[in-house]
Amino acid sequence: MERYICAIVLILAAMVIALRNLSKSYETAEGRLEVLRGIDLDLGAGDSVALTGESGSGKSTLLHLVAGLDRPDSGEIVIGGRDISKLDDRGRAGYRRTEVGLVFQQFNLVPSLDVAANIAFHAKLAGRHDPAWENELVERLGIGTLLTRYPEQLSSGQQQRVAIGRTLAARPGLVLADEPTGNLDEANGDAVLELMLSLSKGTGSTLLMATHSRRLADWLDRQVHLRSGKIT
Amino acid sequence: MTTWTVATALLSHWRRRPLQFGALLSGLALATALWSGVQAINAEARASYTRAAVVLDQNGLANLVSSNGSSVPQSAFVRLRRAGWNVSPVVEGDYRFGTTRLRVIGIEPLTMPAEAQTIDLGNAGDLLSFISPPGTLVVSAGTAEKIRGQTDLALRVSDRMLDGAAFVDIGLAQRLLRRDGELSRIVVAENQRSGLEPLEKLVPTLSVREPNAETDVEHLTESFHLNLTAFGLLAFAVGLFIVYSTIGLAFEQRRPTFRTLRCLGVSLRVLAVLLLAELVLFALAAGAVGVAIGYLVASLLLPGVAATLEGLYGASVPGTLSLRPEWWVSGFAIAVAGTLVSSAQSLLRLTRVPLLAAAQPQTWGRSWQAGRRFQVLAAAALLALSGALLLWAEGLEAGFGVLGCLLLGASLLLPTVLSGFLTVMQRTSSRALVTWFWADARQQLPGLSLALMALLLALAANVGVGTMVSSFRLTFVGWLDQRLAAELYVAARNEGEADRLRTWLATKVESVLPISSVDAEIRGQPMQIFGVVDDPTYRKHWPLIVGLPDVWDRVASGQGVLVNEQFWRRDRLRIGDQLDLASDWKSTVVGVYSDYGNPKGQVIAGINALTSRYPQVSRLRYGLRIQPDQVADLRSRLSDEFGLPPDNVVDQAALKEQSRRIFDRTFLVTGALNIFTLGVAALAMFSSLLTLSEMRLPQLAPVWAMGITRRDLALLELLRTLVLWLVTFIAALPLGLALAWVLLAVVNVEAFGWRLPMHIFPYEWVRLGLVVLAAAVVSVFIPLRRLAGLAPSDLLKVFANER
Repeated sequence: MERYICAIVLILAAMVIALRNLSKSYETAEGRLEVLRGIDLDLGAGDSVALTGESGSGKSTLLHLVAGLDRPDSGEIVIGGRDISKLDDRGRAGYRRTEVGLVFQQFNLVPSLDVAANIAFHAKLAGRHDPAWENELVERLGIGTLLTRYPEQLSSGQQQRVAIGRTLAARPGLVLADEPTGNLDEANGDAVLELMLSLSKGTGSTLLMATHSRRLADWLDRQVHLRSGKIT
Repeated sequence: MTTWTVATALLSHWRRRPLQFGALLSGLALATALWSGVQAINAEARASYTRAAVVLDQNGLANLVSSNGSSVPQSAFVRLRRAGWNVSPVVEGDYRFGTTRLRVIGIEPLTMPAEAQTIDLGNAGDLLSFISPPGTLVVSAGTAEKIRGQTDLALRVSDRMLDGAAFVDIGLAQRLLRRDGELSRIVVAENQRSGLEPLEKLVPTLSVREPNAETDVEHLTESFHLNLTAFGLLAFAVGLFIVYSTIGLAFEQRRPTFRTLRCLGVSLRVLAVLLLAELVLFALAAGAVGVAIGYLVASLLLPGVAATLEGLYGASVPGTLSLRPEWWVSGFAIAVAGTLVSSAQSLLRLTRVPLLAAAQPQTWGRSWQAGRRFQVLAAAALLALSGALLLWAEGLEAGFGVLGCLLLGASLLLPTVLSGFLTVMQRTSSRALVTWFWADARQQLPGLSLALMALLLALAANVGVGTMVSSFRLTFVGWLDQRLAAELYVAARNEGEADRLRTWLATKVESVLPISSVDAEIRGQPMQIFGVVDDPTYRKHWPLIVGLPDVWDRVASGQGVLVNEQFWRRDRLRIGDQLDLASDWKSTVVGVYSDYGNPKGQVIAGINALTSRYPQVSRLRYGLRIQPDQVADLRSRLSDEFGLPPDNVVDQAALKEQSRRIFDRTFLVTGALNIFTLGVAALAMFSSLLTLSEMRLPQLAPVWAMGITRRDLALLELLRTLVLWLVTFIAALPLGLALAWVLLAVVNVEAFGWRLPMHIFPYEWVRLGLVVLAAAVVSVFIPLRRLAGLAPSDLLKVFANER
């Protein structure tokens, strides 16, 4: 147990993020579209940062690059002293498995698994399955009665609570959230965000959240605004 | 114009999904192809039976036959002529010319009604040579070629004659067939004088067989054609699974389009009519391709079928196919009917779903899953019905009913069995990825279950028919070893040569076994009575099923006879039953022997008993017992001494080889249909996997995002397919064995009259398993390549907020 806690502390301590001159473009029908142009950003361990901007400003792309889901055209993504943009497919998969937690607007739960299995899924993949911690999360998220249900049988708010539970159950050093309340009404959205913030603070995770909403962005420690692929 | 605009919007779905469109058309085309191919074969064979019946049996006219199945006395014909009836006598039976057995039909050309005159004897010279000694055989060119040199009779070739038959003068036929004073039937002309004394008064023991009644050959081959039809139906059903699943998904995928069109003012009626028109159009297009492929399949299979019918039933069917308009029409009709049946549920749902219901391609699978309880109930009912039919029903149709209910019931049960298996595996696994693997496999089940059911049917048919054929082959080979005990078989060309042969052989071989037989009618059925000498060969080798302990003593002394299995089963004979073999010959059944490949009943009596009733019985053929190392020497000495052609002296090995070749050829068609059905099932699987692969991204992307590489996901996808195939294959084994048992113990007994022991052939399962493995890998290859080649940007679309 002691060794386990030490490992988590080491991961969290190492989770200092530095993005250097990050650029990304896509081929579209109208030609090449530059989505990110020379992004520089630093995040400390335990920071919570809101990434704001209009639709198409590059928020999601930036999150995808930091999550290791995609590769930049140029620039560095240094996390804990390691440039993850240089990792191969397998290396980036390992990084996502053990170091990052993702929360999406569309929830993206595993449809074939019930709520209990969804919550434990990422933690088990990361090798950090902790039933006691998962039970605590379930209790705090208020989804104890839903454990045997499948994602399709849940409301949007319930699905997002499960998605947050799944992410935090793995105790990731970095939580990336892309419009996590975008599909929820205001009251539900506020409740879910409050939970996510308090839980991620409690685990000491760094949080980078993309949102349209200035109101929600105010809840986080810091705000970074993106416009046309640049930080303004 | 408006209609055309709506139609364009509907059809755009297929333009964007060419693979789905291809799956729909190919499924329908293949289903139609196998069905119409089988129908073409059946139609060709039946047309040929009818042709043969009209030409050889004067089946276009009424015939008088004996009411109890025995011969018609010639005196009946004389009485009818004297009473003024326009009738003509016919006697027919099999006669061997050297090594060639022909159906000899004796007619009386002067009284034969003009409408039944098959051969032209209008010329006085032709008529004279036909009715004058030594007589003329009117045969086809092919038959003439075969028997040239085997007979002293004159040969006349007629284009209208069918192979394997010969017309002769009735007097000659009675002499050849040893049926003096007997007739087989009397042909009744259509035009009769008025005021004649009624037939039932003149000849009360005879009954009228109406024109175009079912012929013996049609009756005998009925089971074979029913078999082919069953296979055709099975393949058609397997093909329809593809169509059903593709149409179901396409309707769900197009639901947003339907909703938009309805919101834009398109009435439900217009929408339904357009969708129906679209389906009929596709059915006609696929039907045309299917009928063309069916023609090709039928052309390829027909020579094999012709050989089978010739080998099993002696029915002559040409090996070439003619294009029949009714066959084209039936091909299109079945394609359209199949499409409408497959789409009925989707069309019905379209009319019931509320206008604003959301499109949910996933519900396509879930709604199917919801009906699983009903499926289980239906499966239980079908399996119970199958058992009930097995226990209480009789006849060939009941046998096929047992098979149909068994196969359909088991296939309906498969999704529940698979779901149970996957649930157990999921519950017993603790690792996250393994748990997800089983859970995800279970989630794919609704989308794959139709294809897996089709696969189960095809595999079970393969295992079942394969086991039946291999059991048959094993039994047949063993039976041949017993039955063909003589080392050499020799046939003299005439009785004089036969006499000299017997004398010459007496000192040169261990025993001479005459093969003498006569055609007879016993219990109303055409039969052969063989005569055997009392020889240890029979006591040691003859394949008896049941018999009294002193069976051979009783046969030798003329106190009893043996009957073949098909006669025994058909007439429910028992040991000790009395048989009327001829008017003055009664004997007791003392044993039963197996006689595979012979559609007719057969009786074996002591040679003395036979020759005393039929002194003129042919004694041309003999089996010779000698030491195996002396066979070659004796063959050459027979050739030197008697100048016998090679075909008249056949050794045991050659005869066995020939029999095995005929056997294998007989089941060539079954094998080919098996492979076709398996091919269609593999296509069904491919089409389902391809369709599902389009819906897989939202299921796979979250797992990829949590750190599983695309390569690993592709490998898991392959493994999942293999597991589902493997479980289906394992489920198909007991079902296939049950199928084989029903075929051997019920269908074969009803169809052929013999029951075979069932053997198990695990090696064949391994071979089939490897074929299945290869097919599984092929079926998953394209979807897998698609998945492995996915760019991260494709997967990222799943997470994009503005999808």
